[in-house]
Order: sequence, then C-alpha cells, then structure tokens
Amino acid sequence: MIRSAPVRDALFAVGGLVLLAALPLVFPGKAFSDFVIRLSAFAVYATSLNLLIGYGGMVSFGHGLFYGLGAYSFALLMQKAGASIPVAFASTILINGAVAAVIGAICIRLKEIYFSFLTLAFQMLLHSLIIAWTAVTGGDQGLTGGVPRPPFLGIRLDEPRHLYLFCCAVLVASLFVMRHLMQSPFGYTLRMIRDNPRRAAFLGIHVWRIRLLAFVVAGIFGGVGGMLISLFVSSAYPDFAYWTVSGEGVFMILLGGMGVFLGPLAGAAILLLLNDLVTRFTEHYSLVLGIVILLFALGLRKGVLGLVTDLWARRVAATKGGSSAATPAA
Amino acid sequence: MTQTTGGLISGMLLFLVAAGLSLIFGTLKVTNFMHGSLYMLGAYFAYTLYNLTGSYAAAVVGAALGVGLFALIFERLFMSRVYSADVLMQLLVCYGFILILDDAVKIIWGAEFLSMGMPAAFQRPPILLAGGVLPVFYLFLIGVTLLVALVLGYVLTKTRIGKIVRAAAINPTMTSALGINTALVYGGVFALGGLLAGLGGALAVPVRSLVSGMGFSILIESFIVTVIGGMGSVSGALVGALLIGLVRSFGTIGFPLFTEGLMFVFMTVILIVRPSGLFGRSAES
Repeated sequence: MIRSAPVRDALFAVGGLVLLAALPLVFPGKAFSDFVIRLSAFAVYATSLNLLIGYGGMVSFGHGLFYGLGAYSFALLMQKAGASIPVAFASTILINGAVAAVIGAICIRLKEIYFSFLTLAFQMLLHSLIIAWTAVTGGDQGLTGGVPRPPFLGIRLDEPRHLYLFCCAVLVASLFVMRHLMQSPFGYTLRMIRDNPRRAAFLGIHVWRIRLLAFVVAGIFGGVGGMLISLFVSSAYPDFAYWTVSGEGVFMILLGGMGVFLGPLAGAAILLLLNDLVTRFTEHYSLVLGIVILLFALGLRKGVLGLVTDLWARRVAATKGGSSAATPAA
Repeated sequence: MTQTTGGLISGMLLFLVAAGLSLIFGTLKVTNFMHGSLYMLGAYFAYTLYNLTGSYAAAVVGAALGVGLFALIFERLFMSRVYSADVLMQLLVCYGFILILDDAVKIIWGAEFLSMGMPAAFQRPPILLAGGVLPVFYLFLIGVTLLVALVLGYVLTKTRIGKIVRAAAINPTMTSALGINTALVYGGVFALGGLLAGLGGALAVPVRSLVSGMGFSILIESFIVTVIGGMGSVSGALVGALLIGLVRSFGTIGFPLFTEGLMFVFMTVILIVRPSGLFGRSAES
C-alpha cells in the first residue's frame, strides 16, 4: 500500500500512459487510434467541466466556449502566425485563462440558474462571433487550409504514431495535474465551498477567489481539449463552440458519474462509442441521444462508474461485516 | 424608421417568448431551457395549419393552443419529476428534449429553410409614416402583443388567479396547505408559458424563415431580456425585449460584426449596476 497520494497518482499516470502506448499493438487499426485521440480531447474537456460541476457545484452550461476557443486559438496561431506547437500550446493556455478570468468574474457571483444561463449565453456569443467574423475564422465553413504540424523536439505530429502518443501524453498529463489540484488544499476548499459556501466564508476563505480560480483552471483544460481536437482534424469548426458541446460535456459527466475523478473519462468513452454506433445506423443521432438522455435523467442518476463504485463499496462493507452502504465521496 | 419598426417587431416576438420564460421561472423557480423549442414548434404548427386551412387566424390560435397543450404534457410527464432534483437534472431533461424536437422537426418538415410568406389578409400596401413604410402586418403584430401584455399584467396583478400564482411563487408549501392545488398551478403556468412561446412562433412565421434549431437563439435572447428586465416580471420582460430588439436593430448599422456582443455589453452593465434587473428580484447568490 502506497501512502503518498501524489506518488500513487503518478504511478497510475505512468501505468496508464504505458497501457495506452501498448494498446495499438493489440488493436493496430486506424479506427482505434482515431478513437483514442478523439477520446483524449473529450476526456480532458469533460474532466475540466467536472472540476466546476462535480467539485465546485457550479453548473456551467457554457463550457464548450473554452473547447471552441482552445481549438480556434490554437489553429489560428499555427496557421496564421506560424507559431511552433509548444508556443501555440502555451499561448492558447494563456488566452483561455484570460478569457475565463473575465467571464468568470462576471458570472460566478450569480445564483445557480443565472450562472448556467449566463455561461451558455457567453458561449453563444463566441459562436456567433466565429460565424460573423468570416475574414479570420472562415465563418460557418470553418477554418480552411489545414493546421500545419511542424516537428518540434524530435516529435513529428504529422506521423500518426507520434500524434497518437502525443495526444495520450497530453491526456494523461492533464488528468494528472487536475487530479493533483483536486487532492490539494485548493481542491478540498473547493469541495467545502460547494457543500457550504457560507460556512467557508465564515472560516475566512475567499469564496469568490477560489471559485474564480477553479473557473480559470477549468477554462484552461477545456481549451486543452479543444487544442487536441483541432490538432486531430487539422482545422476548427464553429460546431466546436456550439452549445451542444456543452450539453454533451454535462451528459458525459453524468453518464460516467461525477463523484469519481475518472467518471467523466468513462462517460466520454461511452458517449463516443454511442455516437459511433448510432451514426452507423441512422442519421438521426440527436433523436437517439435525446431519448438516451431522458432515460438516463429519469432513471440511472449516479452514472455508470458511480454505480460500479457503489456496488464495490457495498461488497467491501459486506465483507467487513458493516451494514451501512457507503457512498463514495468526491 | 425601418430600423425602428424592425426593432419593434423583433422586440414584440422576443417579449412573447421571454414573458413565458420569466413567468415559469418566477413561479416554479425552474428554468425552462427548452423554451426556444416551444417557439419553434409554434412556428411549424402555424405553418402547417395555415397550409391546411388557409386561415392565418386559425393557424395562430391553433398553434398557440397546441404548444400550450404540449408544454402541459411535457411539464406533467417529465419536468415535474425533476423539480426536487438539482439544476443539473432539469438542464439534462431540457437538453434531451431540445435534441429530440430539433430532429423531429427535421424528420417531419425537412431540414431546409421554409417560409410561408405574408398571409393574404395582410397583403395590402404598407402605411407611409414619418418618411418610412410600415407594413400592415407589423401593426397587427404589435397590437396583438400589447394586448397580450395588458391581459397578462391584469390577470397576474388584479385577479384571484394571479394572486394564487404569486402566492405559489413565494411560498408553495403554505399555498398548498391552504388547500390550493399547486401541481395544477405549476402545470397551468407552464402551459401558459408554452402558449405564449407558441403564439410568438406563430406570429413570427410571416416575417421569419423556419428551420430546425431556430429556437435556440431566441432562447438566449429571452434569457438576456429576463436578466435585464428582472426574472418573473412581465413589465420587465416587455421593456427588456423592446430594448434588446432596438439595440439589435440599430446595432446592425453601427457594428454589424458586433451586434450580438452589444446585447452582452448591455446585459453585463445591467448585471453590475443593478443585479436584480430593472424590475426584479436579486440575481446574486
């Protein structure tokens, strides 16, 4: 049993990365590696949203803004400014952080429902800006001309194998950093604010500041997800900033279970599989997705991983002779 | 002049949708994220009814009642199940419904833009006014909406029904303890909100083109309107809607690229200066 949580998480991360790197040996097809790359983008994005919803209790319905912003900033920096990949990556993180700070400062003082709606409204502002500003963004056609992938540090992202490994590494590193943040005093303060903001304020915590920090962190990692997808499709489309991205993010979290750190990852995988499966049979994906969402919302509420950990906790409790079925705390 | 009348009718349509949204929120403390889809349904219902009957009046009345009924069913079967759950579940149910309705519209009416054109009754020469032209339909639209606003305001503030609705909004437990069926009140308010959105959609058909997903932008605008006017306030919704309609309409001259942005600047200023909106309760936590 390893006592130190950061060391354990780091071991998990290394193990996960090795596993992901080895998987193409078992599944050599392009379909598989493409799936993992798309999953890496959505998983980072969904996990970042869970920092707000699951850990912070701030139900953002406009998180897709950062996904779209990340994709467009990165693609534009690469295409128009000719930046190198690390520079574009770092600049996009700065842009996303700054935008998140401004929007967060406006939104986070508000009551729950206002917060959801206002974040959504800001996302639609970005979407309409992308559509309207044709000269820069290419309007509703999306960015044309492709995103160049110049080599850096010996990494050649135009090679599928390198791209795959790069996306896996970014996924694992992002998850590790977010996990570490959530296990830090900052993460526990955030949970405390979620559970009882007034009490947190009485204890001398700057509720507003912690929430804003969480909003900025989530905005940055939402942007990382967007960067990965724009690197993969070698473009950026207005759909990346459309409100449905936010809806999907919320659903991924709920699907996987927001009480578990890796829940959003599982939810992203399930939703992507569902998408690939359904679009093979019908073009009415949203109809099917809508029905699945309704079934879920009115039935299974804790998410798939939540259900698994619940059953697990019950088993553990049963073998220990305890009678209370423990629910996992986030 | 063209800008003013254009802004006025946008504002009127916006008012009908925003008033329903605001009313539902004010009474049930639930935000109906699929309110825009009700507007869309109203437009498509009216389109079909007009093509079937040839009467625009029948189309408007039928569409409004149809959407009201739809909203009632939605509230009773789905929304009422998640009142006790958190915002997340309410959001999710609405999200699911938006997806389903958008796709259903594509299946039934096709994915192409549809437009109905001006009904025969309004195909008259426009009225010349202050150097501009005013189509007759615009007058009709403004008249109907103002009438609705007056009736709504009267019912909510001066009648027994309005008193019950306001009581249920402030203290639902006490209201139901006094023998009033609050489930009925909730269903009724939701149906009324749906009816208003459907009416807005039906009145928009001659001046807007129809497409699946058309409800979403008006949902965002209605929300901005309710933030400006204050959640739960009908007069706030009217003033907010007119302001937004005019800002949008005149914004297209000055800043064509930033018209949407202008609304947001406006809303942000209101949120900072007067967080409760011009006529409403506080939005701060």
